[in-house]
Amino acid sequence: MLLFLEQLLNGLQFGVMLFLLAAGLTLIFGIMGLINLAHGSLYMVGAFVCATVVAYTGSFLLAVVAGAAAAGLAGLVIESTIMRRLYDRGHLDQVLATFGLILFFNEAVRMIWGPRPLNVDIPTWLSGSVELFPGGGYPVYRLAIIVIGLAIALAMWWLVQRTRLGMLIRAGAADREMVAALGVDTRVLFAGVFVLGAMLAGLGGALAGPIFTVGVGMGENILILTFVVIVVGGIGSIRGALVGALLVGVVDTLGRAYLPTLLRWVTDPASADGIGAGLASMLVYILMAAVLIWRPRGLLPAHGH
Amino acid sequence: MDIEPRRWLPLIGLAALAAVPLIAALTDDPYLVTIFTRVVILALAAASLDFILGYGAMVSLGHAAFLGIGAYTVGILAHHHQSGAPLLEAVPWLTGTNAALISLPLAIAVAALCALLIGALSLRTRALHFIMITLAFAQMFFFLFIAMARYGGGDGMVMWQRNTLPLINTGDSVQFYYLCLAFLAGSVFLLRRIVAARFGRVLRGAAENERRMAALGFPVFRYRLAAFTLAGAIGGLAGALMANLETFVSPSLLHWSQSGELMVMVILGGLGSIYGPVLGATLFIMLEETLAAWTEHWMIILGPILILVVLYARRGLFGWLTWRRHG
Repeated sequence: MLLFLEQLLNGLQFGVMLFLLAAGLTLIFGIMGLINLAHGSLYMVGAFVCATVVAYTGSFLLAVVAGAAAAGLAGLVIESTIMRRLYDRGHLDQVLATFGLILFFNEAVRMIWGPRPLNVDIPTWLSGSVELFPGGGYPVYRLAIIVIGLAIALAMWWLVQRTRLGMLIRAGAADREMVAALGVDTRVLFAGVFVLGAMLAGLGGALAGPIFTVGVGMGENILILTFVVIVVGGIGSIRGALVGALLVGVVDTLGRAYLPTLLRWVTDPASADGIGAGLASMLVYILMAAVLIWRPRGLLPAHGH
Repeated sequence: MDIEPRRWLPLIGLAALAAVPLIAALTDDPYLVTIFTRVVILALAAASLDFILGYGAMVSLGHAAFLGIGAYTVGILAHHHQSGAPLLEAVPWLTGTNAALISLPLAIAVAALCALLIGALSLRTRALHFIMITLAFAQMFFFLFIAMARYGGGDGMVMWQRNTLPLINTGDSVQFYYLCLAFLAGSVFLLRRIVAARFGRVLRGAAENERRMAALGFPVFRYRLAAFTLAGAIGGLAGALMANLETFVSPSLLHWSQSGELMVMVILGGLGSIYGPVLGATLFIMLEETLAAWTEHWMIILGPILILVVLYARRGLFGWLTWRRHG
């Protein structure tokens, strides 16, 4: 039971991490109609910059801010040079151009930081564990990620539902042309949303550093899961992204933790571990296929899509 | 009208591909034949992707799944042939095989069946959802093959030799090359016939305006599913040939970046022509070989090239070669 609670928290932690990427991705697709495969690259940039700044300054807080800022800057550059030209293009063009961006970012990172993955230590003030339930310790750092992630989810909800900017974002998701016709400078709005999404992805990457290894290709692995999240949650909606992210995070983590054990009831231990691991990796994709067949627009789609 | 490049260019391309072993012999560079066998096989997969992408506007980001399914069908049959163990323990008489006349048709059939199932589920969705669900299915197969520890898991498995054929020595690289080229020429011919026929027109019409085609009484879903299945079958054939070329099968064949690369070949060559992807596959492998010889960081050049092609040269190489000003 204790172990189960711990795995549940791990799932929650992975879920909020996915949310940091999914929030930007879903807004970018919802408003600009852009499929950005390079969103994972921004996550990678955030992680690498964070790892470097930690190594030089020793300040984790500064490094996280630097990681998010670097990803935001990279986002600003690619938005104004490439993405802007893709908003009105078909999905195929968007997929291909952003695939080209992935190749570029991966190789650039490999040239700057080398092929070997980096390790980031958990800062001392966030290391150790707290006793959440009697006899069960949980790492402070993972707990901090959950708190930060949920706080950002709350802030995003406030931004989208309660501010003027959020009103424009929601209007943009519902009807892009109408917003432009009403005199809103959509170029600035789009760039702003893109950079915001990039910064959140960079923040996710920076926070991921001490948990996962920081390496080339880290962006794609999480990117594909992030797409699963926004498709499951419903494209263009922050609420959907949060629900989808937590669902995917928990299903993936629990699947990996318990499927091999469950399979031991029906088959021998060696093949149970093998099949269980494989099935656990497939679980989120099965979830997504099931959701799409049951509710083709996702669980909580934005209005007007 | 006889000088229209659209007519003679494919023939020149075929002649050039047929001359590759000759050039390799003259320049004493046998590696050239191996490279071009790869080109021909990938061209086969890219042409089948162009069939659904260029004519049906079905942006599938999971086409490498069929490559993998075809390759694993051949690989698993060969594995059981090598070990002598039956395919299923419950059916002892059902053994593996190394005969291409059984392996290849079976690989095509299995890939077609998977494509039929994946298509039946995926084609209910549109746009981003379709891209993502095809990617999701490809990922499922990717992890499925990784989980199959019996067949090498993530490391893949080695075939002791290529599938055997009567009359043709598949172990000979030149004979194997011509075999692959014959499959490519046959498939391209078939696909060109199909897209020129009513089937192709319905497919294109549905891509342009689905509602109109439906109103005209065409069962659009069934047409799309048939196209998706055929593309999957040809993808499976390409995978079966790839397994034979490398005598090695691994999950990296259906890594999602492989699906992306197939798409890149289609767009480099030119979308919606079937011939274009053949040029695109050639160009892609040539770029890879030249840039890789020049710098190990060749991706940093390929990425921007790809972006520039998408932004400024949408017609692709074939479109550019055959383009003429109207009027």
